[in-house]
Amino acid sequence: MALNSYKTGPDEKGHFGVFGGRYVSETLMPLVLSVEEEYNKAIKDPSFLAELDDLNKHYIGRPSPLYYAERLTQHLGGAKIYFKREELNHTGAHKINHAIGQVLLAKRMGKTRVIAETGAGQHGVATATVAARFGLKCTVFMGAVDMERQKPNVFRMKLLGAEVKPVTSGSATLKDAMNDALRDWVTNVHDTFYIIGTVAGPHPYPMMVRDFQSIIGRETREQIMEREGRLPDTLIACIGGGSNAIGLFYPFLDEPDINLIAVEAAGHGVDTDKSAASIASGKPGVLHGNRTYLLQDPDGQIIEAHSISAGLDYPGIGPEHSWLHEQGRVKYVPATDAEALEAFQLCTQTEGIIPALESSHAIAEVMKIAPKLPKEHLIVLNLSGRGDKDIFTVANALGEEI
Amino acid sequence: MSRLNACFNALKAENRAAFVTYIQAGDPNRDVSTAILKGLPGAGADIIELGMPFTDPAADGPAIDKAAQRALAAGASTKQTFEMVREFRAADDTTPIVLMGYFNPVYHYGIETFCKNAAEAGVDGLIIVDLPPEEDEELRLPAINAGIDVIRLATPTSDNHRLNTIVSGASGFIYYVAVAGVTGGKSATADDIGDAVARIKRHTNLPVAVGFGIRTPEQAAAIASRADAVVVGSAIVSLIEQGLEKQTSDANIIENVLNFTQTLAKGVLSGR
Repeated sequence: MALNSYKTGPDEKGHFGVFGGRYVSETLMPLVLSVEEEYNKAIKDPSFLAELDDLNKHYIGRPSPLYYAERLTQHLGGAKIYFKREELNHTGAHKINHAIGQVLLAKRMGKTRVIAETGAGQHGVATATVAARFGLKCTVFMGAVDMERQKPNVFRMKLLGAEVKPVTSGSATLKDAMNDALRDWVTNVHDTFYIIGTVAGPHPYPMMVRDFQSIIGRETREQIMEREGRLPDTLIACIGGGSNAIGLFYPFLDEPDINLIAVEAAGHGVDTDKSAASIASGKPGVLHGNRTYLLQDPDGQIIEAHSISAGLDYPGIGPEHSWLHEQGRVKYVPATDAEALEAFQLCTQTEGIIPALESSHAIAEVMKIAPKLPKEHLIVLNLSGRGDKDIFTVANALGEEI
Repeated sequence: MSRLNACFNALKAENRAAFVTYIQAGDPNRDVSTAILKGLPGAGADIIELGMPFTDPAADGPAIDKAAQRALAAGASTKQTFEMVREFRAADDTTPIVLMGYFNPVYHYGIETFCKNAAEAGVDGLIIVDLPPEEDEELRLPAINAGIDVIRLATPTSDNHRLNTIVSGASGFIYYVAVAGVTGGKSATADDIGDAVARIKRHTNLPVAVGFGIRTPEQAAAIASRADAVVVGSAIVSLIEQGLEKQTSDANIIENVLNFTQTLAKGVLSGR
């Protein structure tokens, strides 16, 4: 049965259907409850919203442009393709949108230190940036494997004054960084705010991060009306935890005629053991504060994810996405490492824009569907990040030395 | 009467605190872990917390995290944990066993089947650290039906309002997490712990166990004079890691763990 609205979640306990919730240790519960209480006050406070607006405009550089990707459109020979240029934001990705919102909340709560987990380093850089801007101490947890493949971002964080803590437990990637961030948070509850990097974690994080990211979709709505005089037909975004995807989709959830497509990282393929596609290859479970689709073995142990893109290398997905998947409102499709690499090169060569490997997964899906669609079909792709950070990984994959 | 209630009643009559030991099931492998488990009551453990290995134990420090990874690498599973409990119960029908771990393996096993199989194996209680009162109803009801206590945690961050939420619906005992942090980390002072236990007892008649940061017989003695039970985990588990690093024999590891347990038990005994 179709719902009247897909925008009513979460309920007061933070659930989207059976997903979401607050699965954290008792020590963290009072803090998690106070984050929720303070967030609910902040978003009704005109001075908080005014400060957020001002920073969005003058610090991040919003609104980000909606760009007609003319040569990619011609090359693929079908649908008309627009890019929402989130890679032009300050720090080079959409992550700054929720980092700014959360740091304002941290400041409002009187916290003096922020922590974050990071995969590709984009969220870590965004957090280190806002910490520098507001004079807060900052520690970023990053898997040792990811530090190796994202060296430029590690150095950027250090320049910004953040301490980058290598995480060597487990697979030494994003999920393990999140474990260590939670361990730090529970130890430093009195002065520390955890700036979570995606629409996951305990309630209110999935809701709060979504709200801060929804500016992407709100701007897109206005911009496409201005450019085309109508709403788009298809929206496409890559998905790890799902912050850029929900940010683009959310304001369009109740437009039933608009196709929403989220592209999961399938690594070597969804049928292999080297994938990060939680919807395609996972089952519902509980990790990092929420119930959601997770990659796990038959005993409920979490399986290490794999993707060429460090930012999508996570065995879970935000709980609202699990719900939207089960409702059938958003279609979740996979793209492999190889497909993303091909898309990365095509975008670079046809548009003169080097996309992040994360965003390249979304471009890969556009390459599959655009040629089959009519010329009047409008696609908006969220170009969520820039790819400068990925050139070493790409060179390595292409067998080139730099 | 449940084994937990019987145990606390008996100790109260003797005016001594319960000594609760924690080990990770299947660490470093099933045989050694089972031998340690069976030896614990003889070494002075009154209650045993048996950790259920999980890949992502985000509330635990390095000692227990590594123990979980060792156990999983050696093939640990929920089914194996139940088998270990069953084997233990064949020789010991009085020492309570509380399973401690994370929700995902329980959820994935099937909550009702998990509770039923746990009860059949001889489990007395469950501590699921990432299941706060807001989320534990779906476990609590099947557990109660199976005759298993769901033990709730109180922490230094629990104010009086929060304590009311925690104790309503709690059973077995209250586990007081003595420091804000992960297992095997900082230690709280005995006086702070005494104050916290007294505050919790104003909200409930359940026994109060204290854990986190207790690693010496002296600390155990100090806590024993102020609480109903003293829990030691990381310090015991670390001995397994040390044994493996020194490449000592399985028999040596088992002996070291049980000797240390005995020393701690004497500390608890001397506390009152």
